[in-house]
Amino acid sequence: MTMSQTNISCSAFQNQLPQLIGSGENVSNHPHLQSCDLCRALLSELEVIAAAAHDLFPSAEPPDRVWYKLKVAIESEEAGSYSN
Amino acid sequence: MGLAADASIPKSQDDTIARAQAGDHHAFADLYAANKRRVYSLCLRMVGNVAEAEDLTQEAFLQLHRKIATFRGESSFSTWLHRMAINVVLMHLRRKGLQLTSLDEAMEPAPDQRPGRSFGAPDLTLSGAIDRLALQRAIDDLPAGYRLMFVLHDIEGYEHNEIASLLECSIGTSKSQLHKARLKLRDALRIHPAFEGRR
Repeated sequence: MTMSQTNISCSAFQNQLPQLIGSGENVSNHPHLQSCDLCRALLSELEVIAAAAHDLFPSAEPPDRVWYKLKVAIESEEAGSYSN
Repeated sequence: MGLAADASIPKSQDDTIARAQAGDHHAFADLYAANKRRVYSLCLRMVGNVAEAEDLTQEAFLQLHRKIATFRGESSFSTWLHRMAINVVLMHLRRKGLQLTSLDEAMEPAPDQRPGRSFGAPDLTLSGAIDRLALQRAIDDLPAGYRLMFVLHDIEGYEHNEIASLLECSIGTSKSQLHKARLKLRDALRIHPAFEGRR
């Protein structure tokens, strides 16, 4: 990031944001954010959403019927009668 | 054939895999028991529907049964199976009309779709606790392609290069789609009544 990045518009910064977030860099250090409350808030909100979503989906156990249906499908396939 | 999902007897996974590759049904049942939670959870996250997730879990393990003899250990078994499950889900989504090629459209969004347009004052409602139900609803409402990208990256922890490989799209598309998914979630949460008054 160069000093010229300090003066870029919010629109230009937000257009860069997908690449910046995916780059592995610490986006919060971007020069534009040092002087822009709006874009800093945007980044913060996106980070809050990502963190919340990460905790939203606990792992779940499939019901036993999945195994029973799988077993039947495998047995049918092995018997040569399975058709897909 | 006496298949029985029993993970009660600890065995080395390598040994179990080798026996399953040789056609040992009990070993395959052990692999199912050891991996069913992860595969089902993945399917459920990606499609957001219990019945579909069950069918896809069954299909993923059926694929595993067909292909386990081809597993050579280049990657971990868990990674290999996980990718197989993702591909099963992708096939399913494509059959339902998901156009992954359309993901590239996100690289050049129409002017009225650019994130800056809906960008307003900082919304402190999102800086505090997020309503889990509202977020769940917002994720459920995401278009399938966005949901896919969001789940793979933010939930499953795949890197953009891995997603690009899985979905046969560019890394830029992966980044862009993920960003758009997050923006959609943000917009959905900002207007959701459940957030009124939250600080």
